[in-house]
Amino acid sequence: MIKVEINIDPKDNIFDPQGKTVERALKNLNFADVATVRIGKHIILTVDSDDKAMVLSRAREMCDSLLSNPLIEKYSVNILE
Amino acid sequence: MIKFGVVIFPGSNCELDTIYVISEIIKRDVVKIWHKDKHLPEVQCIVLPGGFAYGDYLRPGAIASRSPIMQPIKEYVKNGGLVLGVCNGFQVLTEANLLPGALIRNIGTRFVSKRVKLKVENNNTPFTLLFNKGEIIELPVAHKDGNYYAPGEIVEDLKTNNRLVLSYIDNPNGAIENIAGIVNEQCNVFGLMPHPERAYEKILGSDDGLRVFSSIVNYLES
Repeated sequence: MIKVEINIDPKDNIFDPQGKTVERALKNLNFADVATVRIGKHIILTVDSDDKAMVLSRAREMCDSLLSNPLIEKYSVNILE
Repeated sequence: MIKFGVVIFPGSNCELDTIYVISEIIKRDVVKIWHKDKHLPEVQCIVLPGGFAYGDYLRPGAIASRSPIMQPIKEYVKNGGLVLGVCNGFQVLTEANLLPGALIRNIGTRFVSKRVKLKVENNNTPFTLLFNKGEIIELPVAHKDGNYYAPGEIVEDLKTNNRLVLSYIDNPNGAIENIAGIVNEQCNVFGLMPHPERAYEKILGSDDGLRVFSSIVNYLES
């Protein structure tokens, strides 16, 4: 079993109202040094395989076919263990 | 007689209103289509209704757009069949790549539920032929993810090729170029965020939505 971490974030040019709202809330709590907040999704998968390279490429395939929308999101894939 | 098909996904919630308008108001046949079906019945127009298919998990419309029924719907579209996607149905159509762009979170972060004024930008489609070009109509919207986004070149293509069908007069969600509804290149797929099936008689505040369904009937019967 290999554990994979997938991070999906709104592209830089896409407005993220959730991030913006949290950013304002942090500033209201006197975290004045917060410049920006962007909120994305964090997905953990376990894949039944011992081949790390294969699992990475399968995870990317999953991102391209369902997990992310390339028009508005970007993703990164990491093997955890 | 013309038969409509209304696709039901787990989480659809406007299918009964849609079926009511078709069977009781415009008085045409209508059949429910289950999202797991692998074949389409013989229908002349398919409606993807509003709702929250699969709880809007992952992205609105994302999981529904990968349902078994979407494969035959893609074939049907390729062969010129008419598809109307309302609200969540519009989101499903963009996620299925049957329409360009994406519907993202409303700019004000709020769920917007109200009647809005819209301008008919294109009445030369099977879905809007009973409207006048430039006419201002009123339809209800009810969504949290209705902010239409597409990269500049796609928006330009929509504008120059008359694919922009409805635009907001007072933009409720931040949609680029006030886009409320668009058609595909072949003009047989129409997606819009407002709900025509909730505006079929004056007592509902507007009967402008009825003309979307009557347009389809006119188009198919002429």
